[in-house]
Amino acid sequence: MAGPRHISVSEASRPVLPRHAKLKYDETRKVWVILAPERVLAPDEIAVEVLQLCNGERSVGDVSDQLAAKYAAPREAILTDVIAMLQDLADKGFLTEAREKTS
Amino acid sequence: MSDVLGSPTVPPDASDSLAVLEKQRSTAETFGIPLAVLLEITHRCPLQCPYCSNPVELDRSGKELTTEEWKKVLSELAEIGVLQVHFSGGEPTARKDLVELVKHASDVGLYTNLITSAVLLTRERLSELADAGLCHVQISFQGVEEAPADRVAGYRGGHRKKLEVAKWTRELDLPLTVNAVMHRQNLHQLPDIIQMSIDLDADRLEVANVQYYGWALKNRAALMPTVAQLDECTRIVEEARERLKGRLSIDYVVPDYYALRPKKCMGGWGRQFFNISPAGKVLPCHAAESITGLDFESVRSNHSIAWIWQNSDAFNRYRGTGWMKEPCKSCEFREIDFGGCRCQAFALTGDAANTDPACALSPLHETIFKQAEREAEGETNRFLYRNFAGGTLESENGA
Repeated sequence: MAGPRHISVSEASRPVLPRHAKLKYDETRKVWVILAPERVLAPDEIAVEVLQLCNGERSVGDVSDQLAAKYAAPREAILTDVIAMLQDLADKGFLTEAREKTS
Repeated sequence: MSDVLGSPTVPPDASDSLAVLEKQRSTAETFGIPLAVLLEITHRCPLQCPYCSNPVELDRSGKELTTEEWKKVLSELAEIGVLQVHFSGGEPTARKDLVELVKHASDVGLYTNLITSAVLLTRERLSELADAGLCHVQISFQGVEEAPADRVAGYRGGHRKKLEVAKWTRELDLPLTVNAVMHRQNLHQLPDIIQMSIDLDADRLEVANVQYYGWALKNRAALMPTVAQLDECTRIVEEARERLKGRLSIDYVVPDYYALRPKKCMGGWGRQFFNISPAGKVLPCHAAESITGLDFESVRSNHSIAWIWQNSDAFNRYRGTGWMKEPCKSCEFREIDFGGCRCQAFALTGDAANTDPACALSPLHETIFKQAEREAEGETNRFLYRNFAGGTLESENGA
């Protein structure tokens, strides 16, 4: 069965898009889109960048580190924004978390 | 997010980093290619629901597009900018090549949704569909109790099978939408349908009140809810939406007979939607063939799908506002609802260019509303079942 429904995004989360939410560049309209059941979302540029980094292995903290370095911006503010964006996506049902690895 | 990171371009709606694309594009004047297209790949269906949205004149299997023709259509749709396709019918799983079509759609980059009655599926076939790249499954339900649900569908054992397929869907980690078609004879089950959706681990529920065209119009007296029933239905949906936020999202469609303003049918004729019929006709709405006197182009013609969308007479006939007569023509809402539904205007007034009688400004609104109200209070509960023979009346003892 699928994982737990209510995902609470934190700095330690390692989120990834589930199979039913697909990030894709729409060549016709020249925009990035997230394809989801009966919906097409238009993520802004930064949301796209965050989602491209979310591969189920990087933590939200790692993602924020990378963006803070790239844009020379305060990490705390970025972390807050990244969590808010991902939580919004999770609340819409379009985010999942990588399961803990049991080696 | 753009405030912190100084994003060079402002997103379409700066307040929402995940805006819904359709909402922003819905006001576009360009009639750009729709984001999603409905593919009715067959009219064959083992169920006989009396409110079926297919036309009364069904396409027989001999007229259906071949596998190669559908694959060509899918490639063309992806090429012109369609992002999602809904495989529907009839019953899409009645086509033996469905897995192949889903695979092809995935290969050309389309997001695929299956709209199914589920009764023909095996676990193995569903698993093959998932492997072929299917993204989402939508299963129709006729109710929550076996006997009455099977009676509506005219198919014994259907309800039990649907529950089983819904369970397999989630086991295969496919997202599930429960599609509940509501009418006078099952509206009292709504709270249980909401609970059933939760129990089946669905993420979405469509509470779709019957829309009265085609088969449903023939069955209106047996299906039309009362105003009181509908008010109760709305109250239940609103309460459930609040209670289940983040767990189950509920889409809600009311029958427009009891509204004062007509619905913006299809988002306006030829503005954001088209579907393709089993025989390959490109249609502005799945009921459009009920309007006589319109000639619909086929994917089998020499024209491209994009050309048909932009230039064909049928799409341009009721596009925008230029075709309107009074009271639509000078109405302040003409760009908001585009005069309602053309198919309903045709079915109830004989002229698709008339104002949809669902609108309070239509001279026929009062008459039709009163008639519907009488029917809703009436005793007619027998169905005319949908089939290729033009319909079969339910027997007196309900079988």
